Amino acid sequence: MPARAIWKGSLVMGSESVPVKLYSAVEDRSIHFHVLEKSTLMRIAQHMVNPETGEQVPSDQIQKGFKAEPGVYVRLTPEELEQTLPEDSRQIEITRFVPSDNIHQQWYDRPYYLAPDESDSESYFALAEALEHEKREGVARWVMRKKRYVGALRAEGGYLLLITMKFAEEVVSASELPRPAGRAPDAKELQMAEQLVGALQAEFRPADFRDEYRERVMKFIEAKGSGHKPRLEVVTRRRESKSLVDSLAASIKKVRESREKRVA
Amino acid sequence: MPEDVDNVEKESSPGPFWSGTISFGLVSIPVGLFPANRSSRVHARALGPEGVPLGRRYYSSKTDRELPPKEMVRGYEIEKDRYVLVTDEELDRLAPKKSRDIDLRQFVDVNQIPPIYFERGYFLAPEGDSTKAYLLLAAILEKTQRAGIATFVMRGKEYLIAITAENGILRAETMRFMDEIRSPGDIGLPEKVKAPAERTRHFIQIIQKHASPELSQNELRDETSAELLKLVRQKQRRKQDVVVTNEKEGSNEGAPDLVAILKQSLEGRTGQRPKHSLAGTRHAARRPHRLRTHVAKRARR
Repeated sequence: MPARAIWKGSLVMGSESVPVKLYSAVEDRSIHFHVLEKSTLMRIAQHMVNPETGEQVPSDQIQKGFKAEPGVYVRLTPEELEQTLPEDSRQIEITRFVPSDNIHQQWYDRPYYLAPDESDSESYFALAEALEHEKREGVARWVMRKKRYVGALRAEGGYLLLITMKFAEEVVSASELPRPAGRAPDAKELQMAEQLVGALQAEFRPADFRDEYRERVMKFIEAKGSGHKPRLEVVTRRRESKSLVDSLAASIKKVRESREKRVA
Repeated sequence: MPEDVDNVEKESSPGPFWSGTISFGLVSIPVGLFPANRSSRVHARALGPEGVPLGRRYYSSKTDRELPPKEMVRGYEIEKDRYVLVTDEELDRLAPKKSRDIDLRQFVDVNQIPPIYFERGYFLAPEGDSTKAYLLLAAILEKTQRAGIATFVMRGKEYLIAITAENGILRAETMRFMDEIRSPGDIGLPEKVKAPAERTRHFIQIIQKHASPELSQNELRDETSAELLKLVRQKQRRKQDVVVTNEKEGSNEGAPDLVAILKQSLEGRTGQRPKHSLAGTRHAARRPHRLRTHVAKRARR
């Protein structure tokens, strides 16, 4: 079943405007639990309470306080809050285009696929082709449902993707932190570590990795739900490792042996 | 156990929120995990009509009696109103010891990972008596510009991560699993059409005209939060609608200084673990699983 568009807008760059529809590119597969009351197995209710009196405060009487400093809050009315929100718009402004390997992975947040609007799919596919040809991605700014977003406009497999980016204030960069203390590795250790990395070098193959834990938990829930008492594995401790160089040497040997076996 | 309670706990924790081991071949590297992301939003609080900060409490839907944590359990709804109960211990035992290690299985060129996979960032700080193996892995990842790929189970969830190094520090990005990402076909995107060459050339010209060598952090400012904070400060100066609570810095409500905590973990380690690290480890082991847990939102008055 085709997904539903979550929003419609236009990519605006220079004098061009490309109408698009947004679709979430991610699918939530987490296992969702509910909190239940132990004795009744009914879902619980939650209320906001005045901790001094124990009195429940109905939601229409709750006000929002915003932190000015530790322990000090300032109340804002819904009208005042509204003032701080941006004007709604249908324009996704593309400010500039940067090389596609320039954006550090720490910025990417949520991906959306863009679909062409029926009225102008030619521009959509032309833009996707142009981005792939130039190996660049666009820096995008837009307001969606009263929220400001920054994002990266990319082409992937001939289609356009808009990936929201985290705000600068939300990210701690490695450059803000001190280098960890300790003795620098010696040449022998470096050389062996590089060999080991080389032996395990691969293309990124996401299909090689499955959420096996999620699968195990679901199987367990199903078994328990149909009245079985599933057996659980016994947890064991791992062994201690030897000296760094010995361990590296043994690791390289192991990888090579398994490679040879696969080839044979 | 309800989500909100957990979040408060996470914000207040001074140590790593998880401690574990990276396996690099047969080499074991003990590390602590710290979030590299924080909320940029101005911290908000629910206040009662007289300005009293409110707390969230949990009640029985049947009797309206307030429930202590030990009277709450976790259940999965297999059909309408039928739940399978799952305990912390069961979830723990479903994750065998080896699944909790970050076992680096592949080393890939970090630029080859499609950005659609990246989710959240973390820093890994060295733990234990020796930083030797940690520094070696960081040095080699930085030199080769590779990312070590692994999966591991942390507090009730399995993660796919890419470990890279920067400034001598190991960092990890959690990634989505492949089945969490939709394809154009899943969404029902239309068949590709070949655009007229002149249209494509036109867009290439626009791209070249607005080309820039790099992303600027100035473009990533959170303007909404900045405006909100400005308004809050204005009203505070006018002494308008100000509520002073008796919360102290370092209590659950004070946002921790992430950078300060990380600095402490990364520098000046003289073979002795800082106290907070040990405490954090024990605490993490006892803490309930952070699974998405829903609390019925229907208010009963």
